[in-house]
Amino acid sequence: MRRIISILLLGIVALGIILTLVKIPFGVSKTKVGKYYIDKGVEETGVTNIVTSVVVNYRGFDTLGEVTVLFIAALGLGAVLSTRKKKVKRKVEPASLILYTGCRFLFPLILLFGVYIFIHGHLTPGGGFQGGAIVASAFLLIYLGSRERRIGERGTKAIESLGGLIFVVVGLAGLVISGYFLRNFLPKGIPNLLFSGGIIPIIYIAIGFKVGSELAGIIDNLGGAVSRLS
Amino acid sequence: MIYYLGAFGLIFIGLYIVLVKHNLIKVIIGLSILNTGINLFLISIGFVKKGTAPIFSHPGLKAIRMVDPVPQALVLTAIVIGVAVLALALSLAIRLYQHYGTLNLRKIREQKW
Repeated sequence: MRRIISILLLGIVALGIILTLVKIPFGVSKTKVGKYYIDKGVEETGVTNIVTSVVVNYRGFDTLGEVTVLFIAALGLGAVLSTRKKKVKRKVEPASLILYTGCRFLFPLILLFGVYIFIHGHLTPGGGFQGGAIVASAFLLIYLGSRERRIGERGTKAIESLGGLIFVVVGLAGLVISGYFLRNFLPKGIPNLLFSGGIIPIIYIAIGFKVGSELAGIIDNLGGAVSRLS
Repeated sequence: MIYYLGAFGLIFIGLYIVLVKHNLIKVIIGLSILNTGINLFLISIGFVKKGTAPIFSHPGLKAIRMVDPVPQALVLTAIVIGVAVLALALSLAIRLYQHYGTLNLRKIREQKW
């Protein structure tokens, strides 16, 4: 019964959406603001990756809010899963030598790739969020390879807080020096060089560390909870 | 047009799973599929035919026919937040399982929709 009702409901919603979408042209640029960012983005921000200039410069305040959402989600996960009970020692079967060695070999390479992605976020595809996710995937690989290894919780929390603090402090420095929060007060430099774009690479590196340590902490929390469950 | 179809296909599959299934893990998987569909829809709104990525990777590149950067910037952060919210939902599921010993939403007494 519920299945039929849901299908009917979804059908009605789908009909409404189809009738609306037919009127919207597909494959042409629609927003004026997007065109403005593409035309003026490089000279206004000094960043050649326009997506980065939108994320960190034009909508930097929005990104600060999104980073806060991520922080609260990680914090909530830690609060939900935290237990006072002392850790029960379980027998863990060690991974095979090939898996273990392979993980240890790949871990620094993946870490290096993630750092490269977020340092070059203003020049090439990539940035803090993507680079942070890659860094966290390196930690996930370590967890798969050797289960007894743990990330220090203090360390991830410290790096996470430091990243958020750098973001806010750079924004406040813009407020003090030139009158607007998150104003790009450093010289913009020549586009297509590594040291260009003023505060944008600094903020993106801070976001990269923050996202990486947050996602690694999430993996750590979930892994601990699952091993306690069984 | 096929992008819209794919995006709304994913969105409706996700909504259907959320409405019909009783297993909490399956509901969370449905939410994840829904999230992916919405991301795909936002990206396909900004699509331009024969457009390139909005990156001036070498100085001579002209700004004709580039895709809209604004939806890409939105989706970029939405993906990472989606992962974090998914992890939060899974942690709540772990707690529910520890408390009730089941993940079937019908058998959990205090909570019915």
